[in-house]
Amino acid sequence: MSKNDVTRRGVLKTGAIAGAGVALPTIFTASSAAAYVNEPTGGTVTLGFNVPQTGPYADEGADELRAYELAVEHLNGGGDGGMLNTFSSKALQGNGIMGKKVQFVTGDTQTKSDAARASAKSMIEKDGAIMITGGSSSGVAVAVQGLCQEAGVIFMAGLTHSNDTTGKDKKANGFRHFFNAYMSGAALAPVLAARYGKDRKAYHLTADYTWGWTQEESIKAATEALGWETINAVKTPLAATDFSSYIAPVLNSGADVLILNHYGGNMVNSLTNAVQFGLREKMVNGKQFEIVVPLYSRLMAKGAGANVKGILGSTNWHWSLQDEGSKAFVKSFGTKYGFPPSQAAHTCYCQAVLYADAVQRAGSFNPCAVEEALTGGDSSLPGISSAANKGFLFDGLGNGQTLYRGADHQCFKDVLVVRGKENPTSEFDLLEVVEVTPAAQVWYEPDHPMFAGGELGTCNPGA
Amino acid sequence: MDAFLLQILNGLDKGSAYALIALGLTLIFGTLGVVNFAHGALFMIGAFCAVTVQRILNLSFETLDLTQKDFLGNPLKIKTPYIESWFGQDIGAAIIDWSVPLAILFAIPIMVLIGFVMERGLIKHFYKREHADQILVTFGLAIVLQEVVKYFFGANPIQTPEPSALRGSVDLGMMIGFQVNEIVYPIWRLVYFFFSVTIIAGIFAFLQFTTFGMVVRAGMADRETVGLLGINIDRRFTIMFGVASAVAGLAGVMYGPLNPPNYHMGMDFLVLSFVVVVVGGMGSLPGAVLAGFMLGILESFASTTWATTTIPGINQIIIYLVAIIILLTRPRGLMGRKGVMED
Repeated sequence: MSKNDVTRRGVLKTGAIAGAGVALPTIFTASSAAAYVNEPTGGTVTLGFNVPQTGPYADEGADELRAYELAVEHLNGGGDGGMLNTFSSKALQGNGIMGKKVQFVTGDTQTKSDAARASAKSMIEKDGAIMITGGSSSGVAVAVQGLCQEAGVIFMAGLTHSNDTTGKDKKANGFRHFFNAYMSGAALAPVLAARYGKDRKAYHLTADYTWGWTQEESIKAATEALGWETINAVKTPLAATDFSSYIAPVLNSGADVLILNHYGGNMVNSLTNAVQFGLREKMVNGKQFEIVVPLYSRLMAKGAGANVKGILGSTNWHWSLQDEGSKAFVKSFGTKYGFPPSQAAHTCYCQAVLYADAVQRAGSFNPCAVEEALTGGDSSLPGISSAANKGFLFDGLGNGQTLYRGADHQCFKDVLVVRGKENPTSEFDLLEVVEVTPAAQVWYEPDHPMFAGGELGTCNPGA
Repeated sequence: MDAFLLQILNGLDKGSAYALIALGLTLIFGTLGVVNFAHGALFMIGAFCAVTVQRILNLSFETLDLTQKDFLGNPLKIKTPYIESWFGQDIGAAIIDWSVPLAILFAIPIMVLIGFVMERGLIKHFYKREHADQILVTFGLAIVLQEVVKYFFGANPIQTPEPSALRGSVDLGMMIGFQVNEIVYPIWRLVYFFFSVTIIAGIFAFLQFTTFGMVVRAGMADRETVGLLGINIDRRFTIMFGVASAVAGLAGVMYGPLNPPNYHMGMDFLVLSFVVVVVGGMGSLPGAVLAGFMLGILESFASTTWATTTIPGINQIIIYLVAIIILLTRPRGLMGRKGVMED
């Protein structure tokens, strides 16, 4: 006769412990055998593309996704190779990453921080994504970057322009190729002074959220340093759709320049309203009234139509650039999809390639090894004397020589000052490059007050 | 003074949109007793009628220009609208230029048809259900409609410019004794205001001076008695749903040049329009119009620098603040009648 030790209470206890173990997200229970979260074990590696597939930036998200798919195709040896042929690092062989075929999963950020975090978390936990990349908003980038830091995976930011992403909210596992608001101000201000003079009175309308605040702070500082006076700076709700009430006070404010720190639908509507109110034909203080849009996007410029003609702004990249990298990318993308890529597509393609290259050079998918390869080098941008001028220097990806800086994981490269084209030859030909501002002119120290307040911390491999 | 007048004008054109949407909402609520959360989507579809007409008029054939290159280095494809080749460049360009006003002719039958289909196909099944059910189903319908529009037209705003003859601004100040350039206002915003007033007057005249309108008003007051007189009031109410749909659509068509249409523009207006209806008084057509213009003007003043620096955030809450005050002092709204939406 055997003794039966099984009790009702024991079964319940065991079941509860087992259930909790199964339910606990793998993000917090990395196998002790793995050195880091989601270590690829088979013949494939999975990347997570987290882009807005719904919501107001869905078109930009679709372009990002196209670029990622193109990058995956090139990394796996398909297509014409695109910018892999012009990239200065020759580590990638067109056989995936470290011999593992690249596959991907996608998530929908909806341009909402909570949704973006949820989709990134799902890709990490359920799909085993080793790296998360994408997005069209700084709020989303900061939120997902934080999540990736906690989870122990790399985050390669998409389109995010707020200083905070690599400023007070920077993280060791996060990396940004896109330029930022400070750089826009530093690139634009001299061009504005040269074209519109140093005796100007500016009126700012600013989207009331993290990106708008840093954009206003940056362009104000840059223009005031050149002698411009700021007459007023008005915050506008992000949800605003009609800006006539905000434009009307500009008319008799004494300002002779209107700076629209708006992006996306806000920019399209505020610019349309400003033009409707006749600001562009107005003479104030004996000068022609001018409008400035610090951050331009071709996709958004299309929405604003003829209203963008002659209006100055800045952009990270433009398809009309004639360097070998840009030409190769435009050819690849244009042949596959039938239209030129946007700046969002460009930065996302670059981020995917830069991540793959870093893994290849590091010889490991471990986030700490990737961080070391991506920003830990000793190379530096020529012509800049600074102890912080250290990181991974590369070329051939469309912006000239570029430094992925170790101190804050921000890329430093040339910035484009663009203007709405007067006589476009096609629906894509909306902006023209008026100046390529060298990286040295948009350089800043990591402890610059606009970027202060955060710590990069140490990389988290998650295991 | 000039700033004051400018904000009044801003409020009037903003209020025009609120009033038109709220008028349609009230027509539907007053006749069919349905709280239609898909009404904002009808406004958006109206705006996309203008986008559609613009695209139809711009249908083009391509010719190769060997002297210019496209972004891939191939000969540039030059697009010429068919309409320009059929009617000559000047007439063709003029027709395209006037695509928004022309879209009114396109939008009226389309919007009436959409209204009929919506009412007969879906909403009539919810007449006897709770208001909560009506709100859920019409809100769901609104989301479906906006996703359909996004599928076909994308998420980015699309320009539907006003005719070039009505572009730019006019110096209203000079006409009333102010100095040059003191009160400058966009022409199309004035057009939009007068268009709205015309539509509103037309609807009121229709209801007031036609037999059809008289029956509808009688039905709104006492549906059962009108039915007992042998009048098919349901059919007339269905027609009024179509009319309300057309009003929202026309508001959308003409709104396009003010702010480029996008798929979620209906949602942006929907909540505010409901507040307008409630403030005006549920079921009251004059109340909806009055509240639309009043809240538009208040919102405009609340967005001035003076107001936002005195009370930060006032521009975002003013409409709701006023709604609370009015509902506390006049629970049925400005012109609400006893017995409407009351148990």
